[in-house]
Amino acid sequence: MSGNDFTADEMMTIAAARALSNDDVVFVGIGAPSAACNVARLTHAPDITLIYESGTIGTKPDVLPLSIGDGELCETAVTTVAVPEMFRYWLQGGRITLGFLGAAQLDRFGNINTTVIGSYDDPKVRLPGGGGAPEIASSCGKIFITMKQSLRGMVEKIDFFTSFGHGEGGDHRKRLGITTEGPVLLITDLAIWEPDPETKEFTVVSLHPGVTRDQVQDTCAWPAKFADSVKETPLPTEEEIRTLRDLKARTDAAHKGKAA
Amino acid sequence: MVKFVSLAEAIADNLHDGDSVAFEGFTHLIPHAAAHEAIRQGIKDLTLIRMTPDIIYDQMIGMGLAKKVVFSYAGNPGVGLLRRLRDAVENQHPRAIEIEEHSHAAMANAYEAGASGLPCAIFRGYKGAELAKVNPNIKSVTCPFTGEELAAVPAIRPDVSIIHAQKADRRGNVLVEGIVGVQKEAVLAAKRAVVTVEEIVEDVTKVHPNACVLPHWTITAIAEVKGGAHPSYAHGYYDRDNAAYLEWDKISAERDLFESWMKANVIDALPGDFAARVADLEVNK
Repeated sequence: MSGNDFTADEMMTIAAARALSNDDVVFVGIGAPSAACNVARLTHAPDITLIYESGTIGTKPDVLPLSIGDGELCETAVTTVAVPEMFRYWLQGGRITLGFLGAAQLDRFGNINTTVIGSYDDPKVRLPGGGGAPEIASSCGKIFITMKQSLRGMVEKIDFFTSFGHGEGGDHRKRLGITTEGPVLLITDLAIWEPDPETKEFTVVSLHPGVTRDQVQDTCAWPAKFADSVKETPLPTEEEIRTLRDLKARTDAAHKGKAA
Repeated sequence: MVKFVSLAEAIADNLHDGDSVAFEGFTHLIPHAAAHEAIRQGIKDLTLIRMTPDIIYDQMIGMGLAKKVVFSYAGNPGVGLLRRLRDAVENQHPRAIEIEEHSHAAMANAYEAGASGLPCAIFRGYKGAELAKVNPNIKSVTCPFTGEELAAVPAIRPDVSIIHAQKADRRGNVLVEGIVGVQKEAVLAAKRAVVTVEEIVEDVTKVHPNACVLPHWTITAIAEVKGGAHPSYAHGYYDRDNAAYLEWDKISAERDLFESWMKANVIDALPGDFAARVADLEVNK
């Protein structure tokens, strides 16, 4: 397989998958996070524990679920608990090491908006809302975020604080009495970002192969910061690409047809 | 005393204009047939409560049944936004609706508090989250032992909760299996509980000693509606009709298309029509 035979989306999912390990207990958001978690499980992290908010713990789906509660999540899970138990014993109880979220709008400190575009009382666009995210963001040991870069998505100021990241930066989490780490990694279709240890502002630490600094800045509405030494994200391996594409093909087939 | 009745009777007897009602189901076992019956009966001014108001509340809101929605995630799961809900919130069509928005943790805790007979739920949540600023029902309390500040929301106590389950037995005990969501809590929190089931069997109490069974004396009315969760699913009976969820995004995008779809598939349809809708989705066939 040639080194350039992959899409930016595939690179994003694979880079996110690589950040996961066998020891992680992950609260999985639907969409890009779910794809990354399952690629990790099917490649280097077969023992990773995936938890979906529908109550399924230790699930191993063969296709990516369309929703957080598809039947296969339950059938392949170690156990399935009621939703109040999920949020009380498992999430609030501090048993989940990593929350993996997507975002409609994100700011440089990892604060997420999935509630409204415009004002809350008279929104321009009413988005679905937070679901489990507000408490995932505060109760999981740490948070990974994955999203495609765009000027509409990576904004100077989010319209609504659905889920708290690092707030205004620095020790803002600590000042609110939040004891968990918050966002520690942002994986986009162009780059890998980590928060600055002091300011907590997301900083580019690795550019995906072929991506320029200008491309990153052109799709990010805040002035992007770059680490002193920016690495290049390793190319996807043949196994990673094959695993992801097979997973997507199985998923598409399952979601299109009835009883496929 | 639980009554075995037709779906039309179960809704007419238990769901009234102005009620607060929870049609619960967390992706799985969503009571679509019961919601369609409520739409056919034209029940008005409802306060609709649900963690994940997906297609059925989009349909009820689009048909003008709701005056208020209490929710924590208003999306078509994995597909996108709820377009009829958006039309109501953004354009007040077909009527203005009030919204009370929470997080999942808050709603799950609030149902549990309702089932527990408590006035409110207390949990560690909403830290730094702006919902606490726009929803006056999100408050905080201080732990009297540690001094920790915790979030508090009122218990959910619906006038009626409506769920779909796999089985009821002849005495009216109800078995729920798979992703059990918050259905048990919703039933126990409500004044009245209506359950639609895939089938009525002899006895559900011997399935497993820890099976999720709602005893017959916690249920008001049971109606047998085969396929009654479609396009949601019933674990062990039929799969989720993911294609229908994708299709809903198109149907709900236009007011005219929505109305003609509702007329053909809900207003002019019957509970008995659900069985045919799951025929191709049945498992073990």
